[in-house]
Amino acid sequence: MNQTVETITNTHILAQDFEYTAPASLEEAVGILAAHEGRARILAGGTDLLVQMKIERQQPSLLVDIRRIPGLKEICEGGDGLRIGALVTHWQLERSALLWERYTALAEAATFIGGVQIRAMGTVGGNLGNASPAADTIPPFLVMDASLRLVGPDGERVVPMTEFFVGPGQSVRAPDEIITEVLAPPPDPDTGSGFTRLSRVASDLAKVSVAALITRDGDKAARVRIALGSVYKTPLRVWKAEQALVGEPFSEQLAEYTGEVASREIAPITDLRSTETYRRSTSKVLVRDALMLAWSRSFAEGM
Amino acid sequence: MEPRTITLTVNGRRQATSLMPNTTLLDALRSLGHFDVKNGCEKGDCGACAVLLDGKTVNSCLVLAWQAEGHVITTVAGLGTSENPHPVQRAFVKSGGIQCGYCTPGMIISAVSLLRENPDPSKDDIRHALGGNLCRCTGYTRIFTAVQTAAAEMARE
Repeated sequence: MNQTVETITNTHILAQDFEYTAPASLEEAVGILAAHEGRARILAGGTDLLVQMKIERQQPSLLVDIRRIPGLKEICEGGDGLRIGALVTHWQLERSALLWERYTALAEAATFIGGVQIRAMGTVGGNLGNASPAADTIPPFLVMDASLRLVGPDGERVVPMTEFFVGPGQSVRAPDEIITEVLAPPPDPDTGSGFTRLSRVASDLAKVSVAALITRDGDKAARVRIALGSVYKTPLRVWKAEQALVGEPFSEQLAEYTGEVASREIAPITDLRSTETYRRSTSKVLVRDALMLAWSRSFAEGM
Repeated sequence: MEPRTITLTVNGRRQATSLMPNTTLLDALRSLGHFDVKNGCEKGDCGACAVLLDGKTVNSCLVLAWQAEGHVITTVAGLGTSENPHPVQRAFVKSGGIQCGYCTPGMIISAVSLLRENPDPSKDDIRHALGGNLCRCTGYTRIFTAVQTAAAEMARE
């Protein structure tokens, strides 16, 4: 019946059947996921999964809502660095004075995510688990040298952010593993970071996004990390470009040159949001801008 | 898939209803008679369905009704009464921030959510806070004016 097809394209009701459960502990949630062998999906903020289900790209038979699990909603910093619980929302990132002061690129990136409702609903764990090459929190986490903790039926493991993503929507997370938190080492003194991106309108996904972090030594960059989103099958660090900036006196020209190196290092594709050529040429500028932000912030306290 | 009877707290009133797990909060609210919650894009882009969930603006099209049990839901009709509207509602009327009216409930919800966090927002703060609510009529200028007017009025009260 033609009408059925139209129903799917023109409205976004949740047409499919599924069961719903909201376990109160991590152990219980992992047990349920393991028992359902990939037919269950983790529900956190719902801003991606429910949309995917409405357009029938995802058809789980069970939703495991993890929002009742305690202890996953905090941002805190101790001697060993920063810990961000998986259920922390983008809104919490955006409003965190600690992040703005010491992990600026992450707070800055959060301001670019969706609209305010999406930021109030969407979670850090969801953004990572969804593994989109365009996810705004990932380039900042990459330059923060972050890792993430996964808990599964066989215990827990910590995976560096650089090794977590495999492809668009794909990561090394097993279906019965839950991301519980993100860990990042404390920033060195004289470190600054920044995030910038380009999209068609503000609430669209990024065509290109860049996070940069610089640890300054006098008038030179002693350590540089640069990561881009939407220019490869996963978000990625541009190691060659990072090296181009280290050791020389910092200048806008050097930042621009670093941008050129980065634009050759990435491997963007042409898709519905942008073209390969456009992504390469704008990457240059965005890398320069992110470096300028990071450099200027390295003169303030913290990151 | 089995229905379950859940109790939603909407605008201070508890309403029990039997719902399937795949019912969104948006559908549940409208089926309970809360037609002030508008159904727009149904995928979290337009903000027409925004409600306050525990005081924060969310898109009810991306919340399952079952998830909202035990939480406090406020729709635009719960902010004030016809005789005594909320200052933000009054300011929208006064400033001409309403044309067709379809985005208005969500706009006002997001504006109220903003003013609770930040009673004295700059123009940029207002633009940022209403970025998830689309309006195809007004061009936004009068909506931003309305939020500024409301902020000033609430500061006086």
